Amino acid sequence: MGLLSVITIGGGRDYSLTGLENDRATKAGLASAEWYKTPIDRKLLKHLMKRSDGPALRNVGLWLALLALTGAGAIALWGTWWALPVLLVYGVLYGTGSDSRWHECGHGTAFRSRWMNSVVYEISSFMIMRNSVVWRWSHTRHHTDTIIVGRDPEIVAMRPPQMIIIALNVFGIVALPQSLFAIARNAVGHLSADERRYVPEPERARAVWTARAHVAVYLAAIAWAVLAWSWLPLMLIGLPRAYGIWLLVLMALPQHAGLDEDVLDHRLNSRTVVMNPVLRFIYMNMNYHIEHHMFPMVPFYALPRLHEAVKHDLPAPSPSLYAAWRDILPALFRQLADPGYFIAQELPEGAGQPALAPHRNQDGERALGGN
Amino acid sequence: MEKGHLAEINACAIDEIDEEDVLRFDHNGRTYVIIRMMGDDIYCMDGQCSHEQVHLCDGLVMDHVIECPKHNGRFDVRTGKALAAPVYEHLKTYPVQVREGRVFVTLEN
Repeated sequence: MGLLSVITIGGGRDYSLTGLENDRATKAGLASAEWYKTPIDRKLLKHLMKRSDGPALRNVGLWLALLALTGAGAIALWGTWWALPVLLVYGVLYGTGSDSRWHECGHGTAFRSRWMNSVVYEISSFMIMRNSVVWRWSHTRHHTDTIIVGRDPEIVAMRPPQMIIIALNVFGIVALPQSLFAIARNAVGHLSADERRYVPEPERARAVWTARAHVAVYLAAIAWAVLAWSWLPLMLIGLPRAYGIWLLVLMALPQHAGLDEDVLDHRLNSRTVVMNPVLRFIYMNMNYHIEHHMFPMVPFYALPRLHEAVKHDLPAPSPSLYAAWRDILPALFRQLADPGYFIAQELPEGAGQPALAPHRNQDGERALGGN
Repeated sequence: MEKGHLAEINACAIDEIDEEDVLRFDHNGRTYVIIRMMGDDIYCMDGQCSHEQVHLCDGLVMDHVIECPKHNGRFDVRTGKALAAPVYEHLKTYPVQVREGRVFVTLEN
């Protein structure tokens, strides 16, 4: 495999929401389709779905306290080498931790109190540099059409995977300018063609004003940095989206990377990974990713119990983040030469039949174009 | 009874629905949900989310609001009003009465 194939951008299927794959997915019955769900006792599911403010107050409270502590530490130690390790922790809490809070509060499941979900959602959307309106709709689509090519706007590891870009994004080198550009584009009143596909007309003005509010805060931070003639303000606001996002890439890419596309079964296109309590605190249990997609109403604190209730029907989870990446990396490199390759999740004996898709034949091969 | 006329349908026993829970109810090819809050505080509305037609019977009932199980679209169970994105289109509600432990819903026949 040559260098060119490693840095190929596109060249495989059309992952935009406005191309041929969109029509193909719709015609193949993959858009807004019925998805496989593991049968679960109704009373148990209702119990797991019950909301409470307590767990999220403790989780988000600790997160904010640690942010304040490390942020204050960074200010106090700025100008010395001691600021570096403190900023590394602050950056992870900011760049990685905000994604999890954005996600959970976007679903409205973190807190029982809706206003708490809304406040934390807006704050964390700003921190992760996502337009809270646009991304609410993007994530809605991701749940409707998970890893359906031409429908899902949140596919990260496309085929062939853009390995250089993925590697650069460990430190947000491509993602940060892209995010800033998207916010600026929204702020001047423009939504991309893909965004217009999933953000409904009545929401677009709010998306524009939200972007303007984000831009105003960033401009204030830049002004503070210029006036103080110091990088510190930007190390605290904005840049953690780059230097603190490496852990998010490590934890979030395994959600779907290397797995199948265009199936109607989250057991085949999503991955659950066993993680330690520290990572699960930062990630708000989103390592239980198959379970989350199958039952998105179950709040983060009930996902371990949901996992116990449905694991008999799910592929065995990756035993660690390291083990997950040992599966993923070879698969991604193989997809450079063979974009049709994917890791076939193995279902346990007695599990429900996999829900492939109307366009697959009995052997699971694609009968309708694609890879 | 002629189509278009209102009819009172004996839908279910109230004991079939737990408090703060919901039951699917199909009638004449249409799907409804009967939502019970506390005691005899009970409501009936269209059974599918106006966003992507997901069945609301698997949703969460809390504080006179039912949430769609797929994308958390929320509806006021008393009025059918769509409360938050991704739902905009309101759902229709139907009169309900509880008599002698049974739930009666008035529907277009």
